[in-house]
Amino acid sequence: MTEGATPDLVVDLLGGDMRALARTITRIENRSGDYRDLVSALYPHTGSASVVGITGSPGAGKSTLVDELVSHYRENDETVGVIAVDPSSPYTGGAVLGDRIRMGSAVGDHGVFVRSMSARGHLGGLSTATVDAVKAFDAFGMDRVVIETVGAGQNEVDVVRTADTVVVLVQPGSGDDVQMLKAGILEIGDVFVVNKADLDGAERTAADLEEMLELRGSEERTRVGHHGAVEVDSVADDGETEDESDAWSPPVLQTVATTGDGIAGLATTLDGHRAHLERTGERESRARTRAAAEVRTLLRQDTADLVETELRRRGGIDEVAARVAERETDPYTVADELLGPLRDYLAEVND
Amino acid sequence: MSADHEPAGGERERPIRCLVAKVGLDGHDRGAHVISRAFRDAGFEVIYSGLHRAPEDIVQAAVQEDVDVVGLSILSGAHNTLIPKVIEGLAEYDALSDTLVVVGGIVPDDDAKQLKEAGVAEVFGPGTPMEETIQFIRENVADRK
Repeated sequence: MTEGATPDLVVDLLGGDMRALARTITRIENRSGDYRDLVSALYPHTGSASVVGITGSPGAGKSTLVDELVSHYRENDETVGVIAVDPSSPYTGGAVLGDRIRMGSAVGDHGVFVRSMSARGHLGGLSTATVDAVKAFDAFGMDRVVIETVGAGQNEVDVVRTADTVVVLVQPGSGDDVQMLKAGILEIGDVFVVNKADLDGAERTAADLEEMLELRGSEERTRVGHHGAVEVDSVADDGETEDESDAWSPPVLQTVATTGDGIAGLATTLDGHRAHLERTGERESRARTRAAAEVRTLLRQDTADLVETELRRRGGIDEVAARVAERETDPYTVADELLGPLRDYLAEVND
Repeated sequence: MSADHEPAGGERERPIRCLVAKVGLDGHDRGAHVISRAFRDAGFEVIYSGLHRAPEDIVQAAVQEDVDVVGLSILSGAHNTLIPKVIEGLAEYDALSDTLVVVGGIVPDDDAKQLKEAGVAEVFGPGTPMEETIQFIRENVADRK
């Protein structure tokens, strides 16, 4: 790999070369070589794509729903990038990424780009990689980016959080699932979807969800001093309160992804949420929050790398640990020894 | 040069990415499932295409996923028509040179020879030990760095 390769890849990507996009995402995902330069070069070209994150328990129908959503966007001639994240084995690092199986609409269509990623287990790296991959799609000119992930753990939650709008998918009869949602996913959802709504128990699940969201809503309202929840999908029973209320109440929609029922409604709701974000200025504030998180993560990683290198130069953690365990020194002294010069240097240059 | 290393892909910076694909109207996917799992357990990242894919679909998936390996499973006997199309497609995207194409299935020796001339790296017939296929891929996957 030569130095000059970086701009070329970006030039090709911006020129609409699919393979360049694929390669860029690979570098981003591997955090290899010049990926930082790539992302830096792409960054000025980003900011226009509308990013939706979709999460839910395994088997809820995420991939099928994404496929339908993609078809819907394609009918309106919008280009779509999809990032499908699947878990990887903690033992071998291997993974079977099967989301592509259900994404038949993407086949033979150059307006759709589906990329599977495994969670690979690098600490917090997944969300960083995903954010950067979204940038690549964005710079490539995709109108929409959809991130799909199993809502299983903190890692995944961090991933969908990188989206403008987060959709949480549940399936009927999953009372326990809904219970589980309380633990964290409930808070991040902007839109809730009961998929497989043709199955028994869909109404019940939707009602359970609504109830829980109402609790969440009233908590938020007492905090912000707001009133008036707005149901987007059903006829609002308490009149039109939308104009006065600038708080977003997550609607609960019902879909049947296998037939496409409710998908158009979902797409409308997603656009509604985006419009809401723009109207209230929340899109910008979310973007800033994300940027702050991104910068912090990067700084932490870089500092950690720096410290790790310094540690190795001093014989590695094992040797240091042994000295500490033998009471030759103590953890604070070690940390001071390691970081002291850095602090001194920074103090010096900042004077 | 990259033989004999750790299960997770050794000194490579990332696991080997492999597309396991079923081409054409052949509905027998047991083999593809078994090999996908074996690859996964060997530390590969496997993208499984699902059944009944056209050659163009496979090319598109291989390019978008930027895989190191395309494993084509075919038991229908249509390999002579379908596989060259995949190869041509990859070449069109300039992706053939660093993508290892392997075939698994029932392919007569003469056909296998022909396919190899067309650009297939290896053809694995029935009864090939899993380990052999995995080893072959590890040894022959293009070094992309």
